[in-house]
Amino acid sequence: MLIARVVGNVVATQKQPKFEGAKLLLVQPLTVDDAPRGPALLAVDGVGAGVNEKVLVVVEGRAAGEVLGRKIAPVDAAIVGIVDRVDLDERGS
Amino acid sequence: MQLARVIGTVVATPKDENLTGVTLLLVQPLDQARQPVGKPLVAVDSVGAGVGEDVFFVRGKEASFPFYPKEVPVDAGIVGIVDDIGL
Repeated sequence: MLIARVVGNVVATQKQPKFEGAKLLLVQPLTVDDAPRGPALLAVDGVGAGVNEKVLVVVEGRAAGEVLGRKIAPVDAAIVGIVDRVDLDERGS
Repeated sequence: MQLARVIGTVVATPKDENLTGVTLLLVQPLDQARQPVGKPLVAVDSVGAGVGEDVFFVRGKEASFPFYPKEVPVDAGIVGIVDDIGL
């Protein structure tokens, strides 16, 4: 899983039926120093996250499908938690 | 999933039989400002996307799920057309 910040929400009328009713958020992966890392990706929201929140994102199909609660769903990323805090041991980094 | 822009179509005559009738599109991944990022790739389409449209695509085995139970041998698939991004 990775830590990311929610940077937007995506509206799509024409989409795969399995996405019906799902909330799609644009998330920007972060480094441990909270700097942007790599391109933003889209994730289905399973926890009621909002823009600017720091979230935990799973990037794997089966897990993302479970968040959606639908089988054979063509998804590969989902928000599975809202991060309250990350405690980083400086000696380990 | 990742944002991308459809930049072309791909025609392949000899191909895996499970790819018959499947639309192949060339997509350029985009960042949140809808600027190109990374290299273009080929994705299957299941939502009727066209050249010039901004879409989002899924990577991996899940790209074949819109064609289930047909086992389509693909690793990227367009699953939605972007109307709007609220930043």
